[in-house]
Amino acid sequence: MELRALVPEGPIERKWERRRFEVKLVNPANKRRYHVIVVGSGLAGASAAATLAELGYRVSCFCYQDSPRRAHSIAAQGGINAAKNYQNDGDSVWRLFYDTVKGGDFRAREANVYRLAEVSANIIDQCVAQGVPFAREYGGTLANRSFGGAQVSRTFYARGQTGQQLLLGAYQALERQVALGRVAMYPRAEMLDLVVVDGKARGIVVRDLVTGAVSSHAGDAVVLATGGYANVYYLSTNAKGCNVTATWRAYKRGAAFANPCFTQIHPTCVPPAGEYQSKLTLMSESLRNDGRIWLPRRQGDHRPPQDIPDAERDYYLERFYPSFGNLAPRDIASRRAKEMCDQGLGVGPGGQGVYLDFRDAILRLGRDVVAERYGNLFEMYERITGENPYDTPMRIYPAPHYTMGGLWVDYNLMSTLDGLFVIGEANFADHGANRLGASALMQGLADGYFILPYTIGNYLAQTKPAEVPAEHTAFRSVQAEVAARSTTLLGVTGTRSVDSLHRELGTLLWDRCGMARTGAGLRAAIDGVRALRERFWKDVYVGGRGEDLNQALEKAGRVADFMEFAELMCEDALHREESCGGHFREEYQTAEGEARRDDARFAYVAAWEYTGASERPRLHKEPLAFEHVPLAQRSYK
Amino acid sequence: MNLTLHVWRQPDGRTAGRFETYEARDVSPAMSFLELLDVVNEGLIARREEPIAFDHDCREGICGACGMVINGRPHGPRRATTACQLHLRQFTDGDELWIEPWRARAFPVVKDLIVNRSAFDRLIQAGGFVSVNTGGAPEANTIPVPKPAAERAMDAAECIGCGACVAACPNASAMLYVAAKVAHLALLPQGQPERARRVVSMVDAMDAEGFGACTNHAECTAACPKEIAIDFIAQLNRDYAHGLLHRLSGGV
Amino acid sequence: MRSLIGQKMLMAVSGALLLGYLVLHMIGNLKVFQGPAHFNAYAEGLRVLGAPLLGRGQALWIVRIILLAAVGVHIWSAIAVTRASWRARPAGYQRLELVETTYAARTMRWGAAIIVLYVIYHLLDFTFGRVNPGFVPGDVYRNVVASFRIFPVALAYVIANVFVGLHVYHGVWSGAQTLGLNRAPSDRWRRRGAAVFALLLTAGYLLVPLAVITGRLR
Repeated sequence: MELRALVPEGPIERKWERRRFEVKLVNPANKRRYHVIVVGSGLAGASAAATLAELGYRVSCFCYQDSPRRAHSIAAQGGINAAKNYQNDGDSVWRLFYDTVKGGDFRAREANVYRLAEVSANIIDQCVAQGVPFAREYGGTLANRSFGGAQVSRTFYARGQTGQQLLLGAYQALERQVALGRVAMYPRAEMLDLVVVDGKARGIVVRDLVTGAVSSHAGDAVVLATGGYANVYYLSTNAKGCNVTATWRAYKRGAAFANPCFTQIHPTCVPPAGEYQSKLTLMSESLRNDGRIWLPRRQGDHRPPQDIPDAERDYYLERFYPSFGNLAPRDIASRRAKEMCDQGLGVGPGGQGVYLDFRDAILRLGRDVVAERYGNLFEMYERITGENPYDTPMRIYPAPHYTMGGLWVDYNLMSTLDGLFVIGEANFADHGANRLGASALMQGLADGYFILPYTIGNYLAQTKPAEVPAEHTAFRSVQAEVAARSTTLLGVTGTRSVDSLHRELGTLLWDRCGMARTGAGLRAAIDGVRALRERFWKDVYVGGRGEDLNQALEKAGRVADFMEFAELMCEDALHREESCGGHFREEYQTAEGEARRDDARFAYVAAWEYTGASERPRLHKEPLAFEHVPLAQRSYK
Repeated sequence: MNLTLHVWRQPDGRTAGRFETYEARDVSPAMSFLELLDVVNEGLIARREEPIAFDHDCREGICGACGMVINGRPHGPRRATTACQLHLRQFTDGDELWIEPWRARAFPVVKDLIVNRSAFDRLIQAGGFVSVNTGGAPEANTIPVPKPAAERAMDAAECIGCGACVAACPNASAMLYVAAKVAHLALLPQGQPERARRVVSMVDAMDAEGFGACTNHAECTAACPKEIAIDFIAQLNRDYAHGLLHRLSGGV
Repeated sequence: MRSLIGQKMLMAVSGALLLGYLVLHMIGNLKVFQGPAHFNAYAEGLRVLGAPLLGRGQALWIVRIILLAAVGVHIWSAIAVTRASWRARPAGYQRLELVETTYAARTMRWGAAIIVLYVIYHLLDFTFGRVNPGFVPGDVYRNVVASFRIFPVALAYVIANVFVGLHVYHGVWSGAQTLGLNRAPSDRWRRRGAAVFALLLTAGYLLVPLAVITGRLR
């Protein structure tokens, strides 16, 4: 395997333009002879499927949800960045590029990030034309806010539901193509494997989640837009169905998996309430603008928080970071919270929580102002916890939220397998080791609307249409493997439910490969994952039949893949002997406890190649050069 | 707390269903309603029985996947709250709960509490979009949108497509869903070119899917997790009348 | 117009016509308090309305034909809409709790059936005189008083008119909604307006039988 990034020559501002000129074009009359398979219908998948169909390709789009509109992009709250400079505050493509590379802690490919910043403006134009009801000024122009500590206001938003509105825009564009007969939509269909013939992705095998029927779909190219793998931790802010299966299966068929250890933990989530907790809910980070984070100084202080006097409270973020205080970046705020809780100082059920207190804000600003700013969030918190944040401090806890790692792709968004394209959160892409707020939506739509539709043409132009039909023996054998796997899962006559084993895996990873990692911990985690995986295949009980709607079987397949993937994730974290972005190795920190990057040894993308079930994965390195953004250390003291 | 659950069980769309009774012992009031079902399912799995099938995904009230009628109320008793965000503290110890799927001809039962809501997707296919290809968009600030119009469009656009409006309606009508989509696009300048065609086409599609007629009970609004107002239904009717006139005058 | 919304619009428009008639009828009824001479003259006036262009009773027949058509359209669309709604939910709920609707909205259908039955009786009573005790054509005052002296007849009239009031209360608001006249965000006063209107209309109708029963009219 060779990693060829295929970044165009020339100055960074001209690279994308150059590539668009270089790519081979498919004759418009020929486009409908090409069939593209898109897996996933979130921002990236829906926008790609719609755009490819508009261009004239035949598209099949698959999603596991009952409707493409429910993909998890829908849950994104904050907003979407774009270098429009509408606020005249000095924003530019260059500044967005710079902020994203730096925010990603110098582990992203410069050329990709520059292109992302470049097309960001087109996204807003496109979405507005679709009827996305972005927030407006009284004059009728688009409103912006500053987000995630950015120095400029470049975030476009639609109340607290930006992801929903953008996804509905893409979904509507997609349904329009369905109505025109150019997209065949397959809801409640889960991709269970990729079919590769002679090194080229030729199609997928899917399971119809209603009837259980397993079928083959052949295409001239396969696009994976299947999101991230934060659910490997069991508890995350991801939707329950989010999974690694599509990308993991592609990995096992020959696509390299890049930087799997780069995960993002969000600091302001509602803490778990008990053993039965099924997912975590994120609350907007904006809460930290006025809320103060603290814990009781004394361990086992069970007084109601209101009764604890200031002298006995530890406003630890303000103590550690006098200048940034409660606004310290996501990773730092998250790590500190977990550290404090690990010392037994945490509050709430299981000691997993820190207070986020609005008492002082209410005194300073008045209840009305606080209600105006955070009323909706307070209501949501009250709905979940039954506690009223006006009277008693909120409890928050970090939760896995986004994964920067994913399948390795070149500048054209093609993986190491020919004909397999990966877009959105599913690729390792543009966020490096840490994603900035409001950048996920931007990347998903950039990939789907404006990048993939060009670059996929280049591949297709060099491919004969329908070369490998679904009747090919390769499909038959993969289909048989998929069926056998289901049969095996159903045949295990253990006693443990899938969820209980998944929860165990999650706890293990959260402790060992979560916010803070150590070499010893990761080695233990790898052993733990292997042991757990073995137990999974012995102890699990799935029940029901394969030829039926069987949610336990769906989960079992996903968890089985998580069990394999987790090992790679730990392996990657173990090999990366530095701290950067969301990856914090305790051995590699400064005297003040900050992340210490090691650019000399680790300024590369770690792309892992599958070499067999019992073999160690092979590491390939794509060196990263920073020619435009000078390498610098983050500091928030 | 302890709860008694009567849950609708139906193996598939072709087989008749019935209520089964389950006891949930020592569940926590801090649990969400779907977590209660998770716990019941864990018990069923332990007894080698088939778990209750129900749609769910984000579990934070935005994807619109979950939905079931709990004691006669879609998404349960709490206003503006989806089933996934409903917590057991809304109930009292010893309560008996009846849990059923959405019931409408246009939403056939798939299994247990899962129904097929693809009719909603087909309504969007009928015209719930702006026909603009990628790349063909003018600069975003070229067309100003008055703030009140944008806000009201957003009020309508918040719809999560869960189908509670249909479930709650005594007539199983989809008017609120269609009204929300029609209004969202009709309130924005970008929606104007196709406005007349969109509304007529979506209304026709709504009838073809077999949804009932609105008789203005306003149950939809009460059940809607986003509390979408029935004013939008009046707007839909108004737009539809305009659309028909437009068509009569040869405009469509 | 084949769509359900189209049918409901027909229902709303025909309902509006019938409502206009109800208002005029109610105002006419109240003339009974001016005494037999006035009231009978008013009734006679209706027969010669439009003279000399129209012959005796012709205006009345035009109105009757319009009303009959409106009733026909109203009932036809109601049946069509109701059937569509019943079809839309073949399997009902074990339990469906209605929280927002009103008694008026829920009684639109069978309340209407009561009204139809009553209207038939009403026509037999006062127009055709078939069930009126000692019907005297032209002496409208006498016919009214004679009929309402019978307690069950007066009671039936009261009950029917209460349903008319409920029907009008929901119908006015609902019809405005169907015709798209309701605009955000003033739903509350529109509902109250409909209630006040329905109340006044019903009160106007009920005054006559109550006056007869209590002996104010004899």
